[in-house]
Amino acid sequence: MTSDGMKSFELVRFALGAILAHPMRSVLTSLGVVIGVAAVVMMTSIGMGAQQRVTQAISGLGSNLIIVTPNFQRGPVSQAAGGGFSLRDGDAEAIARQVEDVEAVAPLVRGQAQLASDGANWNTQIQGVTPPYLVARDLKIASGRMFDENEARQGRKVVVVGPTVARELWGDSDPVGRRVRVRTVPFEVIGVLESKGQAGFGQDQDDVVLAPLSAVRSRIAGRRSRGDSVQTIYVKAVDEESLDRVQEDVTNLLRDQHKIRQGEEDDFQTQNMASILEASQAAVGTFTVLLAAVAGVSLVVGGVGIMNIMLVAVTERTREIGLRMALGAKRSHVLIQFALESVSLSLVGGLIGLTIGVLGAFAIAKLGDWPAAVPAWAGPLALGFSVVVGLVFGAYPSWRAARLDPIEALRRE
Amino acid sequence: MIDIQDLRKVYIMGEEGVQALGGVSLTIERGEYVAIIGPSGSGKSTLMNILGGLDRPTSGAYRFEGEDVSGFTDDELADFRRQRIGFVFQSFQLLPRLSALQNVELPMIYAGMAPKERRARAAELLERVGLGARLGHRPTQLSGGQQQRVAIARSLANRPDLLLADEPTGALDTSTGEEVLALFEELNAGGLTLAVVTHDPEVADMAHRRVSFRDGLIVSDERGRKA
Repeated sequence: MTSDGMKSFELVRFALGAILAHPMRSVLTSLGVVIGVAAVVMMTSIGMGAQQRVTQAISGLGSNLIIVTPNFQRGPVSQAAGGGFSLRDGDAEAIARQVEDVEAVAPLVRGQAQLASDGANWNTQIQGVTPPYLVARDLKIASGRMFDENEARQGRKVVVVGPTVARELWGDSDPVGRRVRVRTVPFEVIGVLESKGQAGFGQDQDDVVLAPLSAVRSRIAGRRSRGDSVQTIYVKAVDEESLDRVQEDVTNLLRDQHKIRQGEEDDFQTQNMASILEASQAAVGTFTVLLAAVAGVSLVVGGVGIMNIMLVAVTERTREIGLRMALGAKRSHVLIQFALESVSLSLVGGLIGLTIGVLGAFAIAKLGDWPAAVPAWAGPLALGFSVVVGLVFGAYPSWRAARLDPIEALRRE
Repeated sequence: MIDIQDLRKVYIMGEEGVQALGGVSLTIERGEYVAIIGPSGSGKSTLMNILGGLDRPTSGAYRFEGEDVSGFTDDELADFRRQRIGFVFQSFQLLPRLSALQNVELPMIYAGMAPKERRARAAELLERVGLGARLGHRPTQLSGGQQQRVAIARSLANRPDLLLADEPTGALDTSTGEEVLALFEELNAGGLTLAVVTHDPEVADMAHRRVSFRDGLIVSDERGRKA
């Protein structure tokens, strides 16, 4: 290549010159790639947004949390009458007493109830809990206070309300000290929870009322529950490292408590927040890849459009190619010039598509109350794909151009 | 400078081969002004394509300054055309998108000349062919004679050893054709070797040597100017 002094940037100039000679046609040619890249970027962002949403929702339930629920699949035969109510107060107490590295144990009984106060009505979920519940679920009191152990044990008729309930019943005024009727039973409001916001999937975490477990059991849940059964036990481990071990210890302890023999299935199940999070993230990830793959198909269609126009260009410019060869252009020069033309078309399309995709992702986020999550790698990835599409679909037209016979080409009208 | 021995060229058309050159031997010395004449189909264009390195002979030898051009690869032929040959075509073959200056620059781009340098040389060449005032014009804004002069300026860009012209006045009227021929005469006087393919006797008579072709063979080789 000693005699070949041609500078490669001149080939780039040739390619850009040809593109700029037909601005309208170039834009239309790139359109397929524009749409393809914009679609890939938007779909990826939507997927990433969903992942963030899921993460928020699940970690909003509380960190380092293990959720123990009855195993409905296998209602214990020995307690057929109480099927689905295999967890007891005693289980929670045993976990608190015997399992190490536990920060909080919170049993829960749940019921739906109509609330009435000062002429306003609101139907919401009432949760019968003990004070550690706040710690387990990472909840905070905005005003007033939480009921204490004593009040909980005595089943005092006091409630702590979520912000949504407070707003629905009392508007902007402070509900602390007010009376509210839960079903027909009068309770006193002693505190308001801090807002946790939407949990995703349209669930409002602020639409809740907390009351002492024994009060809910005797006054509200009533006949539906056995005297000492609970629906859920939340166990909060001291840190993430101890989570798996605490889960194992809780499982072993409960099997002991429930006198489940070796080989027999548990009549309860434990779910670890970390593994729930992991599983849901994996599911959303798969979904994202699928969306992006579908969008990627349009990128291929865009590539076919580029190939089509490049073939037309080679035919149109046959004489030009012949002349360039007569003037001393090598076949490789012609090949690279046309390949660069194709890559430039695709790359410009990719840049425009990336811009549209990012703007689109933010627009969707705004409209749909959805976190905008354009991953940092979306840019390089989109542009990389554009280059590959330009190369792959420009290869055949460029090869055709380079293979022309200069004499034939010069003679072409 | 040019030494051709028993050159043959056979084109395969369908089942049978068509013989375009049937054993041609010819030498051209540096500084000559040769007209290659003959009716269409006589093989003169084929010879010119081979001389210019656009085509390869089927058999025979083509030596250019002692180098065996018939054995060149595609890339070597491209280098040969760029460094040794200047082409002037009947239909000018200017790129319509480019200005006169840019058209003249083109061969120098492939030679790797720096932008400033080649722009200066292109301007100088256009000046020399009498188009110093039209550097920025597009081919469509120029007359046929002017376009051909741009093409001649372009053919000189890389200082060729041989200028090959294929019916250079074929698309021009008589007076502009004469201008082009006067330019050739001037270039030849400056030492440039010229080979002009034509079937126009008036153009041929301007040359200092006339080689006539018929059916792929040389039928006469006269020296001395007629005009």
